Amino acid sequence: MVEISHIPNKFTAASLSAFSGRRLCLAKLPPTAVLLPALLVGAAMFLPALYLVIRGASASDQAWDLFFRVRTLETLGRTLLLTVCVTSLSAAIAVPFAWLTARSDLPLRRAWTVLLALPLVIPSFVGAFLYASALGPRGMLQSLLEAAFGVQRIPDFYGLAGATLVLTLLSYPYMFLTVRGAVANLDPATDESARSLGHGAWSAFFRVTLPQLNPSIAAGALLVALYTLSDFGAVSLMRYNTFTFTIYQQYQSSIDRSIAALLSFGLVALAIAILLMESYTRGRQRYYRTGAGSARRPRAAKLGGWKWAAIAAIIGTLALALALPAGVLAFWLVRGVSNGEPLLLLWTATQNSLIVSLAASVVTAAMAIAMATLLVRYPTRLNRVLESVSYTGYALPGVVVALALIFFGANYFRLLYQTHYLLIFAYAVLFFPVALGAVKASLLQISPRLEDAARSLGHSPLRVMLRITAPLMMPGVLMGGALVFLLTMKELPATLILGPLDFTTLATDVWSASAEAFFARAAAPALLLILMSSVPMTLLVLREKRALA
Amino acid sequence: MSAPAPLIECRRASKRYDDTLAVDAVSFGLMPGEIVSILGESGCGKTTLLRLIAGFEAVNGGTISIRSEIASSETLHLPPERRDIGMVFQEYALFPHMSVAQNVAFGLHNASDVDRRRRAREALELVRLADLESRYPHELSGGQQQRVALARTLAPHPIAMLLDEPFSNLDAGLRHSLRLEVVEILRRENISAILVTHDREEAFAVADRAGVMVDGRLEQLGAPADLYRAPVNPAVARMVGDCDFLPGVARGSVAATAIGDLPFICHAAAIADGDALLVMTRPHDLRVTATSSGDCRVESLEFRGSETMAFVATPGGAIVRCVRRGYPNLATGATVEITRPSDNPFLAFPAE
Repeated sequence: MVEISHIPNKFTAASLSAFSGRRLCLAKLPPTAVLLPALLVGAAMFLPALYLVIRGASASDQAWDLFFRVRTLETLGRTLLLTVCVTSLSAAIAVPFAWLTARSDLPLRRAWTVLLALPLVIPSFVGAFLYASALGPRGMLQSLLEAAFGVQRIPDFYGLAGATLVLTLLSYPYMFLTVRGAVANLDPATDESARSLGHGAWSAFFRVTLPQLNPSIAAGALLVALYTLSDFGAVSLMRYNTFTFTIYQQYQSSIDRSIAALLSFGLVALAIAILLMESYTRGRQRYYRTGAGSARRPRAAKLGGWKWAAIAAIIGTLALALALPAGVLAFWLVRGVSNGEPLLLLWTATQNSLIVSLAASVVTAAMAIAMATLLVRYPTRLNRVLESVSYTGYALPGVVVALALIFFGANYFRLLYQTHYLLIFAYAVLFFPVALGAVKASLLQISPRLEDAARSLGHSPLRVMLRITAPLMMPGVLMGGALVFLLTMKELPATLILGPLDFTTLATDVWSASAEAFFARAAAPALLLILMSSVPMTLLVLREKRALA
Repeated sequence: MSAPAPLIECRRASKRYDDTLAVDAVSFGLMPGEIVSILGESGCGKTTLLRLIAGFEAVNGGTISIRSEIASSETLHLPPERRDIGMVFQEYALFPHMSVAQNVAFGLHNASDVDRRRRAREALELVRLADLESRYPHELSGGQQQRVALARTLAPHPIAMLLDEPFSNLDAGLRHSLRLEVVEILRRENISAILVTHDREEAFAVADRAGVMVDGRLEQLGAPADLYRAPVNPAVARMVGDCDFLPGVARGSVAATAIGDLPFICHAAAIADGDALLVMTRPHDLRVTATSSGDCRVESLEFRGSETMAFVATPGGAIVRCVRRGYPNLATGATVEITRPSDNPFLAFPAE
């Protein structure tokens, strides 16, 4: 009467002992439905690296010559300089504000936190065109000065200064949020023990508190540095030739694609170097609480008279990072509408943006579910390799992924070449790590005991997946999907390179109009882009609040 | 009339991880209506044994039968959902996205909606939580959560229940009262159960039979009083009660030890004169008195309210514990004499 499932003979105990050293048990083999997609994802993530190797190996002497010309070194120097400037300026803004909003008695701390994080939703090319039109030559600032004082020229804004300003103001929130999280979680007992061991307030801060924040500062700096490295929109509009912009120019102008590939090699190497630096900073030290007992809620530090200086600094930053772009955007929008810019054309671009972003988020989330299930529920050595491969997307700028996929598409998958499918695939490769992080985190919180309990209550593995695991994983999947949607809406270089002929999105519309200084024409798609990115952003913030409650 | 067949029977059931045997050839049977407890330190394999019986893990050797049909062997594995065996987890494992009623009804999947609701309600009434059925798990206290987990396991009327350290996440007072309540429900509903714990008092209090697991092996299984009175080896003896071991040499019916000749019995092996022994002493079996002529010395004292525990160094260096009621006139470092209040023989084991 009792049905028994037969296990193939090859998995008897005798053969199991052959696998000694590896934990392998009958009930724990990953199903094909999990293993196959995960392996495909791993292979897909490997494509860009493979492309770089193939191109590098087959590059002509001429290409190597061009690569070793001084301009490559110059590009490296510029890219490094920009990255260092943006990262250190971001730290200078983010760390003090993080401490002020998390640990001081500053009034309206919650409001300041939200406002200071808000510049995150402005894509870099939108920000760049807004600042360029406000502060650039013949821009709004200069017109105002001319009307008032007859000033004809103001210092050149393009180049390093402009790129640094734009990228800092748009990327410091990444660091602000990371560091603020760490400040809020600091255990006040460590500061108190330092004080009781005879250190003054300042000494305790610099020798005990600040070192505990190092990992979060490094993690935030990593995000900002990678953002700067892979940024394409702001540097191209600010005419500052970093790797991404030079690669794109080479790709557009030269028939020999191997130069672009060699430059990409340099870019990826730089990204990997930064990733390694960050993990080196973390070192062997442990930064979580070791002992038992829960952390007490800390008292807020009294600012006294410094309160007003802090508020002034925050308002100044917000004026530059938020109010100025918003004002300029409103100005160009009004000017565009009153000049009769054709708003109807926006519909195609909006539709395209929505379709590819939705498709990318669904595909990427599905890939992340398979990979996360494999990594969390069936940990083996092979899977750890797969996991490291999955995260290479972090070090791959959109330009590089696009070049790799163009290569494989044109040579091996002609059916996919110049289609939406290849574009969506590129987004999936680029943003897979983000989705995987979110999905994996939510799966890690689901105790395998829940699945055991459901099985022992008489449900098949498939039903357990549908009734227990899937609903509990949903917040992570939604969060991952929303993040991918947001990033895809803003993505520029891969869309420019891989998009089918005459394919426009809101992002490419903004870029092409502002590259030719048609600011009024860029305003409407820019506003739409920001509004639509804000929807998943709001969703994420609301979800997080409910999770905390 | 033949004896009834066991509901669950393990025959040399084994489970290996890498090079360690987590469960080493364990054999025992759970009879209808019986409650068996398995006592062991963490890592001894007792939870793995439960997971083998529930079907979450497959055996590497031996068999597990449920109602006389093989459910686990080297080549066969009946999945957990077909075993009809309920499990209550240490961490409760309530489904956080379902209400209490939905949690309890989750195992009743082959019934009509009306039937499901009725049986879920019955199970909740059994654990006295019927008024909380629309709550969610995070809105319940630890004790309430464990009662919901119990109701969820009871509702489908499983063949037997497995309880994995079910009370260890509760504070002492609640642990005791919930234990009484759970045992009362199991007895009233005539449900057979295997309970796994590291708490000897718990293992003895709930069970018809208790077993001791050491390093993956089920060393001894029997009535709790027998286990305490006649442990088969020193490892089991240490698990079932406070005890110390004094080295000694057999001389007829007594063992010569550092605190004098002690009468002994040995169940484990035949003992000849001159054999080396380990004589087991329990704190209550020895009496300690301060005297300047004694050759023992108080190493430390632990005041425990109604009694005081003395750690006494014997001339050979071995430490034995002795309990004295009240507030004995003892001080650390004092020379003392150890005597025995009765002529009952001490349990001895052959020294390895």
